[in-house]
Amino acid sequence: MNTPFAIEVDKLTKRFGDFIAVNAITFKVKKGEIFGFLGANGAGKTTAIKMLIGLSKPTEGMGKIAGFNVDTEPEKIKKNIGYMSQKFSLYDDLTVVENIQFYGGIYGLSRKKIKEKTTEILEELELTEVSKSLVISLPLGWKQRLAFAISMVHDPEIVFLDEPTGGVDPRVRRQFWETIYQVAEKGRTVFVTTHYMDEAEYCDRVSIMVAGKIEALDTPHNLKQQFEATSMDEVFLKLAR
Amino acid sequence: MFKIFKAFVKKELYHIIRDKRTLIILFGIPIVQVLLFGYAVSTEFKDASIDVLDYAKDETSIQLIQHIQSSGHFTLNKVLTSEADIESGFKEGNVALVMVIPKDFSSDFYGNNPLTIQLIADGSDPNKANTLVQYTTRLIQSFQKNKLQQIENPFLITVEDRMLYNPQLISAYNFIPGTIAFILLIISAMLTSLAITREKELGTMEILLVSPLPPLLIILGKVTPYALLSFIDAILVLIIGHFVFKVPLLGSLILLLLCCLLYVILALSLGIFISTKAKTQQQAMLTSMMGLMLPTMILSGFIFPFSSMPQVLQVIGSIVVPATYFIEILKAVMLRGVGFQSVVIEIAILLGMTIVLLALALKNFKIRLE
Amino acid sequence: MDAITVEHITKKYGDVLALNDVSFTVGKGELFGLIGPDGAGKSTLFRILTTLLLADKGKGTVAGHPIVNEYKEIRKKVGYMPGRFSLYQDLSIEENLSFFATIFGTTVEDNYDLIKDIYVQIEPFKKRLAGKLSGGMKQKLALCCALIHKPEVLFLDEPTTGVDAVSRVEFWDMLKKLKTKGIAILVSTPYMDEATLCDRIALIQNGEILKIDSPQQMISNFEKPLFSINSTETYRLLNYLRVQNFTESVLPFGENLHLITNEPYEASQIEYHLKIAGFSDNTAKTIQPTVEDIFLDISQPVN
Repeated sequence: MNTPFAIEVDKLTKRFGDFIAVNAITFKVKKGEIFGFLGANGAGKTTAIKMLIGLSKPTEGMGKIAGFNVDTEPEKIKKNIGYMSQKFSLYDDLTVVENIQFYGGIYGLSRKKIKEKTTEILEELELTEVSKSLVISLPLGWKQRLAFAISMVHDPEIVFLDEPTGGVDPRVRRQFWETIYQVAEKGRTVFVTTHYMDEAEYCDRVSIMVAGKIEALDTPHNLKQQFEATSMDEVFLKLAR
Repeated sequence: MFKIFKAFVKKELYHIIRDKRTLIILFGIPIVQVLLFGYAVSTEFKDASIDVLDYAKDETSIQLIQHIQSSGHFTLNKVLTSEADIESGFKEGNVALVMVIPKDFSSDFYGNNPLTIQLIADGSDPNKANTLVQYTTRLIQSFQKNKLQQIENPFLITVEDRMLYNPQLISAYNFIPGTIAFILLIISAMLTSLAITREKELGTMEILLVSPLPPLLIILGKVTPYALLSFIDAILVLIIGHFVFKVPLLGSLILLLLCCLLYVILALSLGIFISTKAKTQQQAMLTSMMGLMLPTMILSGFIFPFSSMPQVLQVIGSIVVPATYFIEILKAVMLRGVGFQSVVIEIAILLGMTIVLLALALKNFKIRLE
Repeated sequence: MDAITVEHITKKYGDVLALNDVSFTVGKGELFGLIGPDGAGKSTLFRILTTLLLADKGKGTVAGHPIVNEYKEIRKKVGYMPGRFSLYQDLSIEENLSFFATIFGTTVEDNYDLIKDIYVQIEPFKKRLAGKLSGGMKQKLALCCALIHKPEVLFLDEPTTGVDAVSRVEFWDMLKKLKTKGIAILVSTPYMDEATLCDRIALIQNGEILKIDSPQQMISNFEKPLFSINSTETYRLLNYLRVQNFTESVLPFGENLHLITNEPYEASQIEYHLKIAGFSDNTAKTIQPTVEDIFLDISQPVN
């Protein structure tokens, strides 16, 4: 696969009866990029992502994720992406290690590989001391980074983060973004959806979706210039009005 | 104050009307349950298949077989020819009872000689087998009586068994009171506890507490609609029982309704009490199920007769489970037609339970969170 | 007389110290912000002041009444909007509002002037069930319900959490108007950027108040040298700066890095240093802190 793009989307559309939830969106995401996919609740973000991760068939248009077609190869897409949702999908009543082993198992990793991954994640997140603690006892920030690491246990090319920072502790948030930077630095593509506009400022490029369409797409810096705004919040306000 | 109370009741009614689940619990479950108990769980039977092994093949034996068929309860499946065939009907599952008539039936019968008719039933369903055998025995006895009276034999002693108050052993007479007791308890207790815990989960309880409303008004406002609706339910079940299953109402209707009201208040107090302990709807639901539904069904004598329970359970059932007393009252008033004096002890016990529960509920209802 | 006084309030849940010796006052007609992340103890404090919880230690008054002994009086005089949306989802806008008016012994008509500005915005949808409203409309309805009895003190626990950017701005405008009517408002928020909209703020973390002041004063009192640095290699630059001797702290702020140095420098000095270190396209400038910078500076590291 020689394209420099991890995600290529061309006029991707989803209709529910007469209602057009996603209206011919077009964009490309480079490998190793942190791409912010923004929009208010109900703008069509969730529907768009479902198509991208192979959970929903597009009505029209083309989409390629890690080189696979979203319409015809959803199973291959699922093997090549990581997904972390708002709720972290960790089992509170399993230990840190058990969670890692479980998800490693689902993705069909060999026993040896799971062992390697476990050590790697524990060391990288400095969780070795609490490896046998139940997840429920961990602070929010740790849980979040653990969930993020686990979503990449099968070394996917692309990670989708769906509204990753629910809590708004400024320190926890920064710690998490540093982890994201670290992942992108290694060449992995990170696709983040959020409705917190200030989160957008951490992304390399962002798209803003309003009523099913992508109304703006650029670096946060350029968008702020384009809309003569001092923050992404303002950019969004001007777009929404 | 009354205006606030009215607003509360109105709001609660909106909740009920707009929530399909509550409506189903309120009206669907009672009706389905009565009909289920009425038709499916009923210990009555109609058109049971019967095989006959007739060694006599004489006039009297044919008359007996016709007599049994003419009762309307049995249809003749097959006339067997040898003992070896008896089991085949059971195995195929299309026969409920086999009757074996001995040789020389006619002469023994009229000659007043001792004779034995053998009845074979499928013991794997003991209740049904018992009922079938009882029915058949009575049919044989009545046959004997008819025939022998005609030749006026003064020495004949027939055993006459009569089932008091329920001469045909109609199971509806048992399950209608039981169902009323069961439904009133579940609807009142479960729905009120759910309704109160729902406000806790929603967070609206916080707002209600941070208002000048007295706690008692919050409770009353929440339970009154359920009290009314449970009462309507009770009447609904009574109507179905009376008109569909022909359960008589011999005693005073007013006494009956007053007792229902007392029982509803008892159940509501239970519901409030549960909700003071439970933090989530799930907890309230589980507590109501395990703590109320099961004991009421199993220990009140509603489904399983008291006499066949182990003694410990009998004691628990007769002391703790309020439904036990309520079923007693219902049976007494509806079937026996007795007055207040005969059920005064049961009423007193229910009243005592209500007062204790209500006091507990009020004491535990908090004016703050935690 | 102050609208709210809080003196040395402490509350424990088991071993966890939810509030530790918290004290402050809120004047009449003041908009006071309690700023801190989730789990800082904000909701616990709100519940203590609205008489829903008892503190382990300390005392307080609301509208002149002690919070424990005169809880009944307080309940008549406060409006409370809890953290989660706490209205009846299966009742319409109209039904919710008239229910809350009635339980406070008043009517919507009697106090219409107070909520008018807010209510007209949601009035076109008054027959719609509350559960079917957008986040912003829910929040407006909740505010109407909390105001319907003309409270003297208004408690708003994270009213803008989960609400879109447009509605957040509108909401703060509404609070400004309410303030002019003499209502004291205690509002909590995890969003540091909302802090500047308050008259005074208390920064709170792990149950302790870190600082109380007006946001403007807090910003002008900040004396450490603070720089905002932009580079195309943000992550590499972050790792580089983190180990330099002159760095007191460096943290990502959106596309920039905010650097606090332990000695005063000119921005150009920083820029020059970084160019030499290989970050050829970096720009550095001296900036005024935001409330978030101040919070990050004085708060404890997580974990």
